[in-house]
Amino acid sequence: MLNLDFSTVWPSLGYLFGEGMVTSLAITVVAAVFGMLLGGVLAVMRLSRHRWLSWPATFYINSFRSLPLILIIFGFYFLMPYVGAWILRSPYPVNIGAFRAALISFTLFEAAYFAEIIRSGIQSIPKGQVRAGQAIGLRPSTILIHIVLPQAFRNMIPPLLLRTLILFQDTSLVYVVSLTDFLGAATKLGQRDGRLTEMYLLVAATYFVICFVVSRLVNRLDQRLKRTQ
Amino acid sequence: MTPMIEIRNVSKWFGKFRVLDDCSLEVAKGEVVVICGPSGSGKSTLIQTINALEPIQQGKIVVNGQTIGDRGVDLPRLRTVAGMVFQHFELFPHLTVMDNLCLGQVKVLGRSRAEAESRAVALLTRVGLEAFRDRHPGLLSGGQKQRVAIARALSMDPLVMLFDEPTSALDPEMVNEVLDVMTDLAAEGMTMIVVTHEMGFARRVADRVVFMDAGRIEEACPAEAFFGNIEERSERARQFLSKVLQH
Repeated sequence: MLNLDFSTVWPSLGYLFGEGMVTSLAITVVAAVFGMLLGGVLAVMRLSRHRWLSWPATFYINSFRSLPLILIIFGFYFLMPYVGAWILRSPYPVNIGAFRAALISFTLFEAAYFAEIIRSGIQSIPKGQVRAGQAIGLRPSTILIHIVLPQAFRNMIPPLLLRTLILFQDTSLVYVVSLTDFLGAATKLGQRDGRLTEMYLLVAATYFVICFVVSRLVNRLDQRLKRTQ
Repeated sequence: MTPMIEIRNVSKWFGKFRVLDDCSLEVAKGEVVVICGPSGSGKSTLIQTINALEPIQQGKIVVNGQTIGDRGVDLPRLRTVAGMVFQHFELFPHLTVMDNLCLGQVKVLGRSRAEAESRAVALLTRVGLEAFRDRHPGLLSGGQKQRVAIARALSMDPLVMLFDEPTSALDPEMVNEVLDVMTDLAAEGMTMIVVTHEMGFARRVADRVVFMDAGRIEEACPAEAFFGNIEERSERARQFLSKVLQH
């Protein structure tokens, strides 16, 4: 039988949540906020009739979606110092730190996924709505702001939140650049105390509870948004 | 007198398929014109070209003296001259009935919110839906939606009203409430172009009936003549009429 002993786990909770979880959540929130902003821009660009706008956005989205996240985190961690040096014309690689490198890579990576969600949200609005706006003399920007986007937001909020939940789970990958997120913190302490199994059980339970609760809430929100339409 | 709407030698292609084939039509101020014809004959496309919702490749369309596509013609502004009512209503589902009627007035005509609301209330009263001003369109019946859509089009003070199959998406018992509003509008002297299969309405209200087939305007004649001397109609028009008038 498994010989489990949780006595070393309880004193570690302060570090696990105070340090590890805070790092996980910080990366999630920053990458979600900036990723959605960048994703919104990319989505509008990709839907543009002008090829010089749509082509770069399409290229960006497809590239990031065809690379593994872990490779991108690695890439930015090792490349950014040289890019920084080139921008600042510094003779030495610029140390931007693992945390900032992680924030940048997560933001850029998630933006590609957010962009696709936002794009399909915009495209889900029937063309007749645009025509009705045109027919009363509204200009394209007014139609986008007052008719298309408000309706599209309702459709895209649930998938955007669910994507953010995946982002939250993916933040555990920052161990590759030696950042200590929730999982990383548990690994450290588990190894110190020789109680890895107990620690990982706690980690699994925590992720499960958070993700389960959030996805249930999103489902409920989804139902409510559908009802008011 | 110059016509309110002039369609001259208009052709349009979807890829290689010619949806409009050299169509010409003039509509005078105050005239009610019904366009009928089998489905796929280009009726809806033709009416949508009038406020430039559908671009044309050949010919010329003049609305109230302004030619669509001419330099210096402000398209969004020109579209307010013609109010459009769609088959599927196309109310804005995220806005209340009141906001549906006010958006264009405020954003395009530059009216104050108060002005827009009082105009909207007058129009809603007229279509019998003043009590629904704060509802969202999702809670309205099809007939009510279409009446709101007519009120929304009228809120822009158009000189012409374009109806694109306004009753074909409605349950039968709701058709008349919409036709009644349209009949009143015609009686007040509104210039109207109506794409419809409601031949009873055409007979009662229309000044002229246009019959389209395969992208061409086959006939355009006074309503009495169209329904009176069926023997004199073209072969295609007679076939069509025999199908829609049987019942």
